[in-house]
Amino acid sequence: MKFELRDKELAADILERIGSSGIKAQFMHVCGTHQDTLVRNGLDTMLAQTGIRIIQGPGCPVCVTTPKEIEETLKLAESGITITVFGDMLTVPGDKRSLADVKAGGGDVRVVYSITDALKMARQEPDKEFVFMGIGFETTTPSTSLALLSRPPENFSIISCHRTVPKALKALVNMGEVKIDGLIEPGHVSTIIGEEPYRFLSEEYKIPQVIAGFEPVDLLMGIYMLTRQLAEGRAELENEYSRVVKPEGNPKAREAMAKTLVETDVKWRGFPVIPETGLEISDKFDAHNARKKHEDLLAPIWDMEFPEPEGCKCGEILRGITEPQDCPLFGKACKPGSPVGPCMVSFEGGCAIAYKYQRK
Amino acid sequence: MCLAVPGKIISLDGDNGKVDFGSGVVREVNLAMLEVSVGEYVIVHAGFAIQKLDEKEAEETLKTMREFLDAAKRSVNEQSEQKGD
Ligand code: SF4
Repeated sequence: MKFELRDKELAADILERIGSSGIKAQFMHVCGTHQDTLVRNGLDTMLAQTGIRIIQGPGCPVCVTTPKEIEETLKLAESGITITVFGDMLTVPGDKRSLADVKAGGGDVRVVYSITDALKMARQEPDKEFVFMGIGFETTTPSTSLALLSRPPENFSIISCHRTVPKALKALVNMGEVKIDGLIEPGHVSTIIGEEPYRFLSEEYKIPQVIAGFEPVDLLMGIYMLTRQLAEGRAELENEYSRVVKPEGNPKAREAMAKTLVETDVKWRGFPVIPETGLEISDKFDAHNARKKHEDLLAPIWDMEFPEPEGCKCGEILRGITEPQDCPLFGKACKPGSPVGPCMVSFEGGCAIAYKYQRK
Repeated sequence: MCLAVPGKIISLDGDNGKVDFGSGVVREVNLAMLEVSVGEYVIVHAGFAIQKLDEKEAEETLKTMREFLDAAKRSVNEQSEQKGD
């Protein structure tokens, strides 16, 4: 494909420089695609040899979605409503069952590539009630917003499980459980939000940050830039992925978000409630907010508590304090075909990535 | 989920357009978030173009990286010279 950056020599050169800098540090990224690049290309191991440890944060939207949100969607599916959902949500276990199980039992659960497909289905089948499960960070959220602004049909609503990244990083830093010498910020979230929303992390907490792309050389370059900051005693926000990420992000996308969604305090899997990191559909669009439209079905769930799957360490993995291989269920009771937790389901989940590439 | 891939706009129809991802893959993409024209490259995520890709900058990325590294090397050398070691 055009624009693939596969330059082994350059990658080796950057690695060399990271090594010879003598910097030993622990950097966190917040993106499943970064994790994939790291593990697929063996960069995590190569970097570890130079003294740079890369840990994962809460960068998998499917994984941070809470058991309660999954229960909400399961309940709707079991009540005869057609659920449209991104593929990597299908087999995430809720309490004892997944959407795939409900589908196997005759429920109408459909995988879509885009919310546009879900809208199309709802228009084509006006007698059916459709709910789209809106999952994702700022990269995905604008598509939900544009769908809301596109005058969706009456039989279409959205259950918003969207979340935003920068303030979650603040919460993570404030929890103080994990040493973070630098942050690798997610390139595609940044295409929407731009540079500004991260800056306070460098200013207030003195953490170096680099927005990085997804090719191996992008990541290595981003990591090298972080080591340079440490060597020079700087804590700034830098942008390695400037061919795509503009300083101002995508104002049109943010405008659509502002018109349709409001910030809420929301729980993330593995975390307590994090203030202002949830996005709920604003009142103007109540007719398309599944939590309003189907309140009778969902309200009983809101007061209930749903435990994490027994033995699953996803929560700790999402906080960067545990590695997938440290989970006693990894590769044994928990595999992609029989996942115990979401980190083994989503292609952005740390456990799924670790499992996929360890077998090669 | 945040996986997004570059493609080239080959036609436009209101907010939508056809995007060529190479290897014969062409998809209908929503372009409402951007001001675009045919022939430009965009980054597409879940059926929506989320940002333009600066073609020239993309083509020169590797070159820019090399230049950055060379400049960095020079400045490190200068620093060590100043320190006298
Ligand atoms: S291996 Fe399975 S059970 Fe263990 S943390 Fe990962 S998803 Fe959870």
